[in-house]
Parts: sequence; C-alpha cells; structure tokens
Amino acid sequence: MIKWFRKNKKKYPDFWNAYIDHFDTIEKTPINETRFVAFDTETTGFDILKDRVLSIGAVAFKGKSIPVNDSLELYLKQDIFNRDSVEIHEIIKSSTVDKVTELEAIKIFLSYIKNAVLIAHHSNFDKNMMNEMLSRHGLGKLKNKFIDTGVLFNKSKHIIYHENLKDHYSLDDLCKALNVPKVDRHTASGDALITGIVFLKILSRLDKRKHLQWSYLLK
Amino acid sequence: MKNSIAERVGDFLKNYPPFNMVRAKNLTDLASEINIIYLEKGNTVFKKGDSTHEHFYIVRDGAISSNYNNGKTIEIMNIHDTGDIFGLKPLISKDTYNLTTIANEESIVYAIPIALFQSITDNNAKIQKYLITAFASNTYTPYTAEESGKIFVDYLPNTSQDIVNFQTVNYTKAPITCSLKSTLKSAAKKMCKHKIGCIIVVDENKKPAGIITNSDIKNKIATGLFPIDTRVTNIMNSPVITGKKDLTVADGQLQMIKNNIGHLCITKDGSINSKLIGVLSHHDVLATLGNNPSVILKEIKRAKRTKKLRATRRKANGLLKSYLEQNIPISHIINVISQINDAVTIRAIELAIKKMPTPPPVTFSWLALGSQGRKEQLLFTDQDNALVFEDVPEKKREETQTYFLELSNLITQTLNKIGFEYCEADMMASNPEWCKSLSEWQNQFKKWILKPDEKAILLSSIFFDYNCVYGNQELINKLTDTVYNTLQETTLFFRFLASDAIKSPSPLGFFRQFLIEQNGEQKELFNIKSRAVMPLVDAARLLILSKQIRGVNNTYERFERLAQLEPENKELYESCSYAFKALSKFKTKQGLLHNNSGKLIDLETLTKEEKLKLRRCFKPIQEIQEILKIRFDLKNFI
Repeated sequence: MIKWFRKNKKKYPDFWNAYIDHFDTIEKTPINETRFVAFDTETTGFDILKDRVLSIGAVAFKGKSIPVNDSLELYLKQDIFNRDSVEIHEIIKSSTVDKVTELEAIKIFLSYIKNAVLIAHHSNFDKNMMNEMLSRHGLGKLKNKFIDTGVLFNKSKHIIYHENLKDHYSLDDLCKALNVPKVDRHTASGDALITGIVFLKILSRLDKRKHLQWSYLLK
Repeated sequence: MKNSIAERVGDFLKNYPPFNMVRAKNLTDLASEINIIYLEKGNTVFKKGDSTHEHFYIVRDGAISSNYNNGKTIEIMNIHDTGDIFGLKPLISKDTYNLTTIANEESIVYAIPIALFQSITDNNAKIQKYLITAFASNTYTPYTAEESGKIFVDYLPNTSQDIVNFQTVNYTKAPITCSLKSTLKSAAKKMCKHKIGCIIVVDENKKPAGIITNSDIKNKIATGLFPIDTRVTNIMNSPVITGKKDLTVADGQLQMIKNNIGHLCITKDGSINSKLIGVLSHHDVLATLGNNPSVILKEIKRAKRTKKLRATRRKANGLLKSYLEQNIPISHIINVISQINDAVTIRAIELAIKKMPTPPPVTFSWLALGSQGRKEQLLFTDQDNALVFEDVPEKKREETQTYFLELSNLITQTLNKIGFEYCEADMMASNPEWCKSLSEWQNQFKKWILKPDEKAILLSSIFFDYNCVYGNQELINKLTDTVYNTLQETTLFFRFLASDAIKSPSPLGFFRQFLIEQNGEQKELFNIKSRAVMPLVDAARLLILSKQIRGVNNTYERFERLAQLEPENKELYESCSYAFKALSKFKTKQGLLHNNSGKLIDLETLTKEEKLKLRRCFKPIQEIQEILKIRFDLKNFI
C-alpha cells in the first residue's frame, strides 16, 4: 500500500511534491497566526479553457501586517493574445517587463503560497484559471483553502439589509463600501493588495459581531 | 523582479517630508521593505514604556492619536493624519516610548524599518536638519500645521492649544473698584451687590493701589485680625501685579503662576503707574483656553476645514470631563453637548454644500436619528442620520436623489473624519434607502406603523427619534403630522413596540446579581447600554408616542412630561427620569476613562458604593416594564 502511494507520488516533479508536503500535517492554527495569501490574476479573457493568465499578483500576511517584500508579481509569456483585454491590463505582448514561462510561474507561485489560505475576489474564477494552468502541465489541483471576499462581504452586512443584498459585488463596490483607496486597480498586484486590505477590513467587522471562526469564514 | 506595490508605496512617501528629500532610487529600496499595517479603531501601535520597535510609522489613511498616560487618565497629545510620521524620536534617541499611540479610527499605516532608513539618510544633511528641527519643536508632523511648506521655521504650533496660548486675553472691562478711603464693610457690600470675588482699590487718579479678594476677608476679618469697619488700605494686597491690555493668554497665565495670584490688573500702559482699565481673572484665562461652550460654539461656526472642526469637537470632550468632575447637573451637560454636536453637524453640512458643483435643487432637511435625535449623545458614537427632500415631479426624482446622495456622502465622510463613526448598520443619509423625498418617507413611516414586523420594530427604535438639525423644518412638520395621524389608526404597532421594550429584562438576576455577558469578547462585562439605558429609552418613546406628544425627544424630558400627564404614576416616572440621568452619567464617565463608548462596564473596577448606586437605578426599569405589560395588554400577545 505504501509502495503504491510512493509510486504515484513519483510521477510528479519535485516542486509539486514539495508543495503537497506542506499539507501533510493538518493542524489548526488560530486565525491571527495563519498565513493568508491574497492574489489576483489578469487574463486574456474569461473563458477558462481558451484564455490564459497574463500576470499574477499576490501579497502574504499573518495578522494585520502586510510586508511589501513578501509580495509576488509575475508576468507570463503567452502566445494567446486577445486584443480586447489589452486595454484593461496594459500588459502588451512586447512590453519590457521580465516575463516567465507558465511552468516557471507555477513553480514560483506554488513555492510562494505553500499551505496558506488563499483569498481572491470572486475566487472561483482565479481558482479555476490556476487549476486549468496546472492541469495543462500535468499537475493536480490547488490544495489550499479558499476565501472569496465577495461572499464574505455579504456575510458581514447587517441583518436588516439581507433581503436586498446583491449577488454580485465588484471589487470597486467593496472599495467604496469599505473606504479602501483604489491604487493600481486592474493590475494583478494592485488588486491583490486591495483584496488583502478588503479582507482585513471585513474580518474586523465580523470580529466585532463575534463571527470570527474558521467554520464561518470557510463556509 | 518588478514590485509595483513598492513603487506605489514610494509614490506615496515621496509627497511627505522627510521622504521628499530621499533620492528616488533609495526610496524604492526603502519602500520595498515596509510593512502595510491595518488597524481597527482602538488598536494600539505601541505603548508607553514598550521597548522600541524596529520600525517607525507613517499614516497612510485614517488617524492615529498619541496619548499621554500618567497612570490615571489618558490625555490626547496629538492626532496624526495622512502623511504624518510617528514613533521616530525614541528610535533615534534609543529611548523607550513615552507616549501610547492608538488608532483613532480605522487606519492603515506603513511601518518603515529604521535601520535601512538611517543607512540611506546618514549622509543627507538636509534630512538631518529636518529631523533636528522637527524634534526640537517637538513636532514631527509639520503638515498638521496650517502652513505646509514652512518646515524649517523654528517653532511650529501644532495643536490648537498652542495657538490659543498666543492670543490676546479677554479681560473684564470696567472692573468694580473702591477708593482708598472706603471701609472694608462698604467694599464687601459692593462685592456682594455685583456678585464678584474681588475688588480693586484705586487712588484718586484711578491707578490701582491694591486688591481685596474673598480670601482676604476670610483670613483677615473673619478671624478677628481686623475689625469690620477697618480701612481697605489695611487689608488690601499691595502692590498689585499689572499687565498690558494686549497680554497673551500664555503670559497672563505665567504671571499668575509666578506670583501665585488669581487676578491681574490691566492698566493703560501696563505699569502700576497708569490708569486701571480692567481685570484679568484666572477664570478668564480658562475661558479663553477653550473649556467653554460659547467659545467652542463660536469656533465651530467659524471653522473652514474639517480638521479644525475635529479639533474643536475634541475640546468638547475636555469640557465634558470638567463638567462631570464639577458635578454639574447631567441635564445641563446633555444640553450643552447636544448643542455642540448639532453645531458641528450644521457646519459639516454647510461645508459640504459649498463643495457641491451646484446648490441643492430643492429644499431638504437633515435628520439626526437615535441618540443624537434624542439629544442624548455625550461621547462620540455612531452617526445615524437621514435626509428628506421636497417632493419633485417623477421624472426629476432620480436626478434629485442622486444629487442628495452625493451631498450626503460628503457630509457623512466629514462627520466620520470629525470622529463620528460610520453607522455599522449603514443607517445614514448616504444610503439610498434613507435619502428620500417627503412622500416616500411618509409612505415608509405609514408602512412601518400599519404593517409592523420585526424589521420595522428594529428600525423604529432609531427612526422614531428624529430631530431636524438642518434645513427646511416645514418638511419635518409634515412628516410628523403623517406619523401622528397614522398612529391613531392602530394599536397593534404599540403592542409590537411594547413587547420589544420589555424584551431585555431587568439587569438583575434572581439572586440580585448583575447579569453579565456570557460569551465573546465582552464576556464578564456588564452592558449598561442594552441592559439598563435602552429599556428606559424604549419605554419613554413608546409612552410618549401613545400619548401623541410632539417635540419632546430627550428620554429624561419625556419621563418628566409623562409625570405631569399622569399624576398617579408621577413618582415612578420621576424615578425613571432620575435613573436615566444617573445611568448616562455613569456611562459617560466610564467612556471618558477608557476612551470608548462606555457601554461595557467591568464590574470588578467598581467600588461597592458605585455598584449600589447602579443597582438603585434598576428598580424603576422593572416597574416601568410592568406598566407596559398591563397597559398594552401583552399577556396574550405573542
């Protein structure tokens, strides 16, 4: 049985195994000691299969302090190119920033996130985009827990407004509601930082209402 | 690797000294090593006596207060705004922190590593000079001073207190005097007549020769040292200390401290050999220093910027504190503070209207709700407000609402900056639900009254205590007409309100112990607001609405009015009024002590006497709830 497991494991490259190893021990850390990674992807479009990730931005934090030097900003070499999305993302195919291949990006991203709890705005899209990218390179799916700031925000609203909550809150809506300055909106790392701050602000509102428990956050 | 976040941090830093003097390349290095820290209101950055951090801080958003804690009380020394640096001096002088810094509102600060900062600024003479100037003037927040740009001046007044100190004094003109030949008895009669505490003895040329105060009469006459008909010259203090008429407040105070006196004579040329023109008392100095409601109100009316409004509102907290210490009746304190709160709100609205591109399209009125609507707000609490605008033709409705929403946004933002937290439940005029035309509001109230449900009752505790702070009073009169007319059509609404008012039972448990919170962060604390104050507030509102009485919003005034209307329950209503005042005072004192809203009380910190006092307030709560049960027939009501 053990042998069978090992065999199975060996099919994957070392960096993937190293990533998986982070999930070996399941221990519950308190929320304020947990490493969170807020991230955002900029893509050529919204089709999970056809479109590609152009850049990944991420910030990591424990507690309420976000160290700038532990942030991640990756630009990917992609052949698929969608003229419509250029304007939003301002990442033109031939621009001068250093770019990495998809595989390199995966390596860097996985070694960066480790077993952190991932936070994204409308996280399903970013999650699916990343998983699709992983599967193109013969890898498994992301093992991390996910929190969607869009969903979490709804939970933080006062009960009297529950009947007229919106299903869809854009990151701009949240910035307005939570008074977060919009700096570098629509770049991956700018949005990642905004998402991180939005998350911290929602967290403090939940904390005041005594809802700050893992079961509630991850539900 | 590219780091856009570091670049943006650098873009922010370079606008503020001393970072505007750091070279671009170094700034990017520095920016990539900072930490972005999110602080909730009340979070501490560092405490007095803490060993120093490896970082100093700059405010990105929000406001951080520096507090001096002498073990007993906490005093706010300074408020740091966007771009202000704090926590740097102890790092350079290798000292422990001597101030405690607390987030005054939700804030984001950048923590800058001191080691890296020093290594890149070591050879920069300009920065060194800046830091020395900043430390010498004891302010590393040059941008809080009005004259931004003048960083290198030797002294920068950084609090309004400092500015006041250099104003000229406001002394009493035409003081009461007596001649050298008067007897003490006649002088004392004069003092009684004019209700004053001191009299100046002047010679034939009106030059001040001496001064007699209450304590002189006590010490020299009452003790039998001199007979009552002695000449004033025998007991007067001479020579008097004099000053010029353009004396500054600081100088006046200094003279008094130096000579250990309470009064300064103001003469024409400032010397003892010229004509007396006035008297400056210690009281006058205190008044100018700002612990005086009329001074504060005047300042509010003149304020041109939010920052000034905030500083002035903060002075009101000082006033509140001294009032409580002097045991001034709470009803008077409540009146003064609500006047100030209303004035601040009005000024905030006026400033916001000026910022709008066009004047308001139709008239409107701004309603204060909840505790401010009841005029019971003593400390900073959440802002609850709403806006009513005049009815407009249907095709103009949306456009009009958009205008007023934008205006409300400006107003609520300003109020937030002044220190009134945003309402957690978003009951503010910036919410489209609470920014509507008169007829929409009329319908809204009708719906709440005629079709009460749980939500309507929840909201009515806030919305039925409205008070027009600004704008067209006529709109509000119309709204009130509708409300009271609709109330006559129903009894169900009252029963709903009544069942809500008795929902939180007496704060005492079966064994006469205090009921404390059972879980969460507030465990073991006694919630004085929800357990004791709110039941009284709810009962008063319900009874006053059911009696169709208008324009009485204060809870204690409501009870007093009820006592007049129902002589048979006079005693109970009066004790409710008293209990409410006592509880408010209690809550406010706790709030000032801990710099919060004061609604949670740690029973351990109370003395036995205080606990007894509190407990005495609970009896009327129980009794008034019994009355509600019978009057609104709640026995068979689910």
